[in-house]
Amino acid sequence: MAIRNDRLSTDEYAENFSDIHPPFDTREAALVEANRCLFCYDAPCIKSCPTSINIPKFIKQITTDNVKGSAYTILDANIMGGGCSKVCPVEKLCEGSCVYNLLNEPPIPIAKLQRYSTEKAIEQQWPLFIRKPVVNKKVAVVGAGPAGLSCAHVLSREGIDVTIFEKESKGGGLMTYGIAAYKVTPQFCEDEVNFITSLGGINIKYDQQLGRNVTLSQLQAEYDAVFLGIGVGLARQLEIPGEHLEGVEDAIEFIYDIRTKGYPAIPVGDRVAVIGLGMTAIDAATQAKRLGAKDVTIVYRRTQAEMPSTEVELNLAKLDGCGVIWLASPKEIRGENGKVTQLICNVMELGLPDNSGRRWPVETGETITLDVDMVIKAAGQIPFEELVNSNRLDHAKGKLLINDDCSTNIKGVFAGGDCVNGGKEVVDAVQAGKDGAKAILGFIKSERAKE
Amino acid sequence: MADLSTNFLGIKSPNPFWLASAPPTDKQYNVLRAFEAGWGGVVWKTLGSQVKNVSSRYSAVDYNGTKVMGLNNIELISDRPLDINLREIAECVRLFPDRAMVVSLMADNSREKWHELIAQVEDTGAHGLELNFGCPHGMTERGMGAAVGQDPDIARMVVEWVMEKATIPVITKLTPNVHSVVPTGRASVEGGTNALSLINTIQSVTGVDLDTFVPNPYVAGKSVYGGYCGPAVKPIALKMLTTIAQDTVTSRVPISGIGGVSTWKDAAEFMLLGATSVQVCTAVMTHGFRIIEDLCDGLNNWMDEKGFKTVYDFIGKSVPTITHWEDLDINYHIVANIDQNKCIHCGLCYIACEDTSHQAINLTYGKPYNTYSIIENECVGCNLCKLICPVDSCITMVEQRKGDEYLNWKEFQRRGMPLNDH
Repeated sequence: MAIRNDRLSTDEYAENFSDIHPPFDTREAALVEANRCLFCYDAPCIKSCPTSINIPKFIKQITTDNVKGSAYTILDANIMGGGCSKVCPVEKLCEGSCVYNLLNEPPIPIAKLQRYSTEKAIEQQWPLFIRKPVVNKKVAVVGAGPAGLSCAHVLSREGIDVTIFEKESKGGGLMTYGIAAYKVTPQFCEDEVNFITSLGGINIKYDQQLGRNVTLSQLQAEYDAVFLGIGVGLARQLEIPGEHLEGVEDAIEFIYDIRTKGYPAIPVGDRVAVIGLGMTAIDAATQAKRLGAKDVTIVYRRTQAEMPSTEVELNLAKLDGCGVIWLASPKEIRGENGKVTQLICNVMELGLPDNSGRRWPVETGETITLDVDMVIKAAGQIPFEELVNSNRLDHAKGKLLINDDCSTNIKGVFAGGDCVNGGKEVVDAVQAGKDGAKAILGFIKSERAKE
Repeated sequence: MADLSTNFLGIKSPNPFWLASAPPTDKQYNVLRAFEAGWGGVVWKTLGSQVKNVSSRYSAVDYNGTKVMGLNNIELISDRPLDINLREIAECVRLFPDRAMVVSLMADNSREKWHELIAQVEDTGAHGLELNFGCPHGMTERGMGAAVGQDPDIARMVVEWVMEKATIPVITKLTPNVHSVVPTGRASVEGGTNALSLINTIQSVTGVDLDTFVPNPYVAGKSVYGGYCGPAVKPIALKMLTTIAQDTVTSRVPISGIGGVSTWKDAAEFMLLGATSVQVCTAVMTHGFRIIEDLCDGLNNWMDEKGFKTVYDFIGKSVPTITHWEDLDINYHIVANIDQNKCIHCGLCYIACEDTSHQAINLTYGKPYNTYSIIENECVGCNLCKLICPVDSCITMVEQRKGDEYLNWKEFQRRGMPLNDH
């Protein structure tokens, strides 16, 4: 057993990381599905989309060959509608509530249709949006992820000049750095960011980290308002013996490396255990397998009924050949010569529900031992508690506390996205950015009225 | 097993399905394939003086992803030499003597030309003639086709010429490009025609190409009005058929129904409204002759289910049920009912009623699914919600009579009964 990279041929890598949700091959294929849409009134799919995209409308527009109008309908509500069409867990959002489900018929492939319209718009950089005249107001946005970009786009459309401070060298946030490559390619992420900034009035300053290269007080002084879309960062640690051993890795870093260094450069073990069962765990497990790991096992301390991942995602991992051990909680990682050799888990059973209503796992006293050479930790991410604390921002365990109008406890500073909600879907962050922008527009207007 | 055979003025066919005079009946090759597939008869594509066709010839109307809801053509009568057509007709009659062979004719405007053509066709052994008084394009400019069918006096005259000569049954095919098919139908019957057939195609422009700005079909930068047919024209054909079936003069002769017949259900409807045989074209042009199998099979099963032993048990059965508006029963009242167990919450009934009808559906907000219910007091029983509901029998119309007695509009007025107050 060993951890090593460069396990597969170029062709194998290409095949393993090809698009998992391929687009429609032809216009006709898209029209067959688009024409199935009933064009519901006050449609359940719209209500199930955090950004409230007018889905029946954009699908109707596809049927009339008004693809430009369709793309506008989508992107006006969700400027990352292109990326969302690839990464949204639609089975629990729009497609999950499609009325066809109630007829026991397959729902409209909304995501695929959304991709049909937006991909063309992004690839060909259609100038769908026009800025209003400049109003001589400046807003700083921290973080060029979905929340920050969405906020910046809304503000710039209203004539406000936006500067985004991004700690990485590319925009897109977790869309660019935190999602399986077979769902969305780095090139697409770059095109999507370029599409958003092509509006004008949005200047992204890369490699600018809040607290290191720039401070909140500087931003407050130089800008009319600040939006914090800083996301969450650090992987939650397991706090068990052996966590420092060689071969123990954070899922977020693992995925980040895959997306930044190229597939052959990424080492994986022969036998890999992935801890956790959220979307990130699935992305890590499937990609470890696709990089050539012989055996991948997901270890989860509760049962399928409590898992954060959707069933569609779980099936993805299962189809890739990943195993799942339910009701197993990591107890200790053992190693030899500083390298991982075993993962010991407590066997759990479900106890009483906790505050969130999920049944809490309790130890049975039994343990199981897995022979592994790599452990990928995907037990959630934790917020930048130290950063927000040092800036005297109100928070709950690092999660920023905001008012109904997205404002923080500091005047002129607004926030939204993962840094507030602790980590949800891209589409939730996009909506948070829109909400933040709306609040900032109101704030600027009221400040101007005082002048 | 019901008996599907028909005897149309002595023209016998094993089933009531004939191919209409059109491209599918233009030559022996196609007609033999049709007979092998099981078609009961054909009306051979119109013969007349030599013409030349253009390219392209067809255009279509698609609807919501379904191709060819309606088909339009600018093709003329047969452009093949007459002697070849006649030879092939004779051969088809010889090979399939049990099938109906009717030949469509459109001679130049003279008694001699008609007589000459009839004599030549009768020599083939064909069983009947169909007079093309309906072609709406190309031939009308030469005083033929619809130009004859649109003027009852000319139609009567030409029918009289034909009847002087013909020894086999004559069917006169009517054009729908008139305000009513009845005057020409009457004139034709009075002129002696043995039967009527309808409808021919409806003049149309199917659409304009939004890149070239030239309507379809495109012929070197130009287009012309064409003849529209296919499923889209069926309701118009049924209405015209009924007027012929109800008229005291035209109803004296048998009718061959034409216009958008695609399925056995369409055929049954045409027959219920008075057609003895039906003619099909667009449906085979879009799917081939093989559709005859379900046409026969479906009609047969339906007839068994209804207890009809022969087609004559139901031909014309529905004709008396189309009445005058003044005779409708005003006391008959229905209201919609939504089966909540079947409802999929699409809201289509609601928005249709709310925006365009009587605000008779109530919306109770839900996330993601709203609940919809009927406000019976407001419902006028128009059927709209039921028509657009995507779920079979989710919305039903329930009878709630306004009074026990039959009450028509004339009586309603005579009694001075109250009109709507809102």
